[in-house]
Amino acid sequence: MAIKHLDEYRDPKIAKQIAGQICKKSKNKVRIMEVCGTHTMSIFRNGIRSLLPDTIDLLSGPGCPVCVTAQEEIDTFIEVSRLENVIIASFGDLLKVPGAESSLMAERADGKDIRIVYSTFDALDLARKHPDKKIVFPGVGFETTAPVVAATILKARQENLDNFMVISAHKRVPPALDALMNIDGINIDGFLLPGHVSVIIGMNAYGPVFNKFKIPCVAAGFEPGDILYGILMLIEQIEENRPKLENAYPRAVTADGNPQAVKIMEQVFDITEANWRGIGQIHASGLAIKEEFAAFDARKRLDFTLPDSKEPKGCACGEILTGMKIPPECGLYKKRCTPVNPVGPCMVSSEGTCAAYYRYWDG
Amino acid sequence: MNTDKILLDHGSGGKMSHELITRILLPNFDNPALSLLDDGAVFDINTGKLAFSTDSYVIDPIFFPGGCIGDLAVNGTVNDIAMCGAIPLYLSAGMIIEEGFSIKDLEKIVHAMAKAAKEAGVDIVTGDTKVVPKGSVDKIFINTAGVGSLPDNVNVSGHRAMPGDKILISGTIADHGMAILTQREGLSFDSEIKTDSAPLNHMVKKMLKTCPDIHVLRDPTRGGVATTLNEIAGQSKTGIRIYEDKLPVRPDVAGVCELLGFDPLYVANEGKLLAAIPSDAADMVLDTVKNDIYGKDACIIGEVTTDHPGKVFLQTRIGGTRIVDMLTGEQLPRIC
Repeated sequence: MAIKHLDEYRDPKIAKQIAGQICKKSKNKVRIMEVCGTHTMSIFRNGIRSLLPDTIDLLSGPGCPVCVTAQEEIDTFIEVSRLENVIIASFGDLLKVPGAESSLMAERADGKDIRIVYSTFDALDLARKHPDKKIVFPGVGFETTAPVVAATILKARQENLDNFMVISAHKRVPPALDALMNIDGINIDGFLLPGHVSVIIGMNAYGPVFNKFKIPCVAAGFEPGDILYGILMLIEQIEENRPKLENAYPRAVTADGNPQAVKIMEQVFDITEANWRGIGQIHASGLAIKEEFAAFDARKRLDFTLPDSKEPKGCACGEILTGMKIPPECGLYKKRCTPVNPVGPCMVSSEGTCAAYYRYWDG
Repeated sequence: MNTDKILLDHGSGGKMSHELITRILLPNFDNPALSLLDDGAVFDINTGKLAFSTDSYVIDPIFFPGGCIGDLAVNGTVNDIAMCGAIPLYLSAGMIIEEGFSIKDLEKIVHAMAKAAKEAGVDIVTGDTKVVPKGSVDKIFINTAGVGSLPDNVNVSGHRAMPGDKILISGTIADHGMAILTQREGLSFDSEIKTDSAPLNHMVKKMLKTCPDIHVLRDPTRGGVATTLNEIAGQSKTGIRIYEDKLPVRPDVAGVCELLGFDPLYVANEGKLLAAIPSDAADMVLDTVKNDIYGKDACIIGEVTTDHPGKVFLQTRIGGTRIVDMLTGEQLPRIC
């Protein structure tokens, strides 16, 4: 289980060398957005900000899947958990996210059958073990998670497990970048593109956004060396005014991504409009279960009504997810909104920007 | 006893309770104070200060690699007393058992408690068993309480960390929490990770002999090293700085943490201690700990500072600096 090959990407000498080059090359004030929540956490955990010059501002983007899950989607999970004979099989992150008036964690305390799984295939096991129950998996995540969920649906169909269902709230990253660039007043000089998502969709998938806005884009891995190298490439592009779509994570990311994963995803899901928390509706940014697989679509098979979904007053998750504000600029941060009592999802998820600031930012 | 399951009658206080006590508990916990079977234990104790502590054990699963709820319940309270700088002497054990629980499993647990008590050199002198209807508890819950005597010259407290003190950890971190996690339903890991559950009182005694002026002793159980260091920094109103590259983590534990998105600093330990030691005695105490059977991986991981009182800072492997906060809520596996 030892992960030894990572050591070189955590080598202090290499990290310091790259940080030194960044300091040397960075002349102008720049704002770089790390799109992915795992980048945000890694930047904080490794103290990367403390190695960068004052000229570089790092902004966290809409790349934490839990954080961008719309409130009505959270409310859907909660309502479904209240139905008879339902077991919700969920990833752990989702449990604490507040809906309009409850959370899965509160529902579990109230006696609803909600279980944490580590893989979608664990949810399938539950379906096999409990043929009299409906096992519902809240499908939250980007192109990284969606292929696995698609594969699980295919497997469920193969085994005729008609008590397994998914509520798809999956989202696609490139349309979100497009939407971000169209927001009035947005001020981003470059994108650090997510590593895991890029492994699946490949560099070419960002081609349309890059060509439209000509903004520096670099895909990076998650180790400190990876992130620093990605930032260095962005700084070089920005300083030399030659925007490019570049790959700083070639050991995992290719031009075309993982065609098999993409194929499975396309087989099971239709591309659809989706509501992103704090940002709103984004064209072609969601994944809905195809009609052919309606038997595994909890939204189509189960009968429930949603409460009025209003995002909590004063919560700046939307502005934080778009880099317009940082968490300490939100009136609720560290006051009414803490990891123990989160108001918005950015404070809940381990990858959430507010949770990262709360845990690691000394302010 | 004609059944292999615990019945409600076993907790009735009548004949079956008596049989359970005399057949399973007494032979294992054998000591003069207990065998009188009075309502309470009577024992001699030196005058002076006493340390007194209690803890309840509700762990799931009850059996896990390297241990079970029984040894955990004894070691946990022994260690809490030892962390006061005291010598643990006597323990109580209260068990709440679910109707239908396997008597064989109960015997295993009681045996493990007896073995742990023997190793720690303490007697379990009084106890209680209750049986509750199926579903009222999850298999078995155990409460232990204990007393220990405090040597005159010892003054160990979370309030006493002083700038310049060295922070010692007695071995690898996060073993217990990850051993439990890999056993939980739905996680099919093949790993060698075992709990580190162990009595630390003998180690503490030797440490205090080497340096009676050890300022702080704490065992970083739930909430892990990060939470315990924050408690010490808060109580002592000092800062603490630790170094990521000094933190001892078994490679397999680090691997599982990596996969599941857990930070080893926040994962529970059951056989490790943190100490704040005056810097001139730190190396000697470190040698003492390293010579103990439970301390061979001990090391100095940082120091107490004057800056940032109440806060813990970590120098990352790559030379960056970040704050280390307390654990807030349970660590939950991440989504991607």
